[in-house]
Amino acid sequence: MSENLIRLCVLYAQLSLLAFGGANTILPDMQRQIVDVNHFMTPHTFAALFALAQAAPGPNMMVVSLIGWNVAGLNGAVLSMVCIAGPSSVLTFLVARVWERFRDAPWRKAVQTGLLPVTGGLLISSAVLLIQSTTLDWSLALLTAAVTVLLMTTKVHPMLVLAGAAALGAVGVVG
Amino acid sequence: MADPTVTATPGTPPGVVDLFTGFFMVGVRGFGGVLPWARRTIVEERKWLTATEFGEVLGLCQFLPGGNIMNVAIAVGARFRGVAGAVAAILGLMVAPVAIVIALGAVYDQYADHPVVRRAFAALAAAASAFVLTASLKIAAPLRGRWLPIGLTCVTFVATAVFRVPLPVAMPLLAVLSILVLWRFEA
Repeated sequence: MSENLIRLCVLYAQLSLLAFGGANTILPDMQRQIVDVNHFMTPHTFAALFALAQAAPGPNMMVVSLIGWNVAGLNGAVLSMVCIAGPSSVLTFLVARVWERFRDAPWRKAVQTGLLPVTGGLLISSAVLLIQSTTLDWSLALLTAAVTVLLMTTKVHPMLVLAGAAALGAVGVVG
Repeated sequence: MADPTVTATPGTPPGVVDLFTGFFMVGVRGFGGVLPWARRTIVEERKWLTATEFGEVLGLCQFLPGGNIMNVAIAVGARFRGVAGAVAAILGLMVAPVAIVIALGAVYDQYADHPVVRRAFAALAAAASAFVLTASLKIAAPLRGRWLPIGLTCVTFVATAVFRVPLPVAMPLLAVLSILVLWRFEA
């Protein structure tokens, strides 16, 4: 197992139990580790792989296996997935059995309420860091703004939006 | 006739193979959001859980760390077939999406330098950023007018985006701070 792959596995195993709110809340730390600390790829490649995972079917977490593949091939993809899913899955498995007892406990409500601002702040960090690396010129800034307004105000299917954006880029309207 | 989605008499409990195939279908159909497909497969098509039971499982899975839908696979698999069920469900969920995303990654690598592909990806990435921005705006919206949680959101943002504090340090500190502050002053 290469050194890069070991680093990747350690990173994902740590992030697994910190991913309150799913994949998007750990993006800032993934970007910090993968781009800034380990220099596995540029911020632009990171953003492109994130976009690719978004356009593929399956859970949001797929970005983890795509980055793993990019860094260390097939082993990287599979082991990254095992490391990001393993610890949180074991926790879910154990908690699911005793959940009934705690469902209405007052501390559970307090924890849930308290985690919300942290999850929100992490999501805003993710968005800002991604936008920093995807805004290559003003037309792309405009596209990000337009898509945000579209998603906030209509119920248009997300895949349609992504396909439309890619088509605009391909024919040279933006980018 | 009672509405089957509300009072559903659950069908026969799924076996390990059913769990694999059920979550396999959830994985391959989940373009742009897996959760609606999980609900449809588990509650409406296969009738493993009632809508209420599914809601309870989902509540737990959103509360715990990890991918929400991956946690749902673990919880549902474990509920019917223990460890084997949990493993079958999550393998079923992940196998196709991992294969597809790797295939897409290989194609991207091949053509990343082509100008048309490069422009398409620049635009795709700009749109994908907007998805995350939208998700953060939606989660922040209910906090409007409540200055304490808004302050905690800002502290989290500054710590993680500006000062780049590592998450293993930031998450426990911020979570404990936020839980205690809101419990003490807002409850």
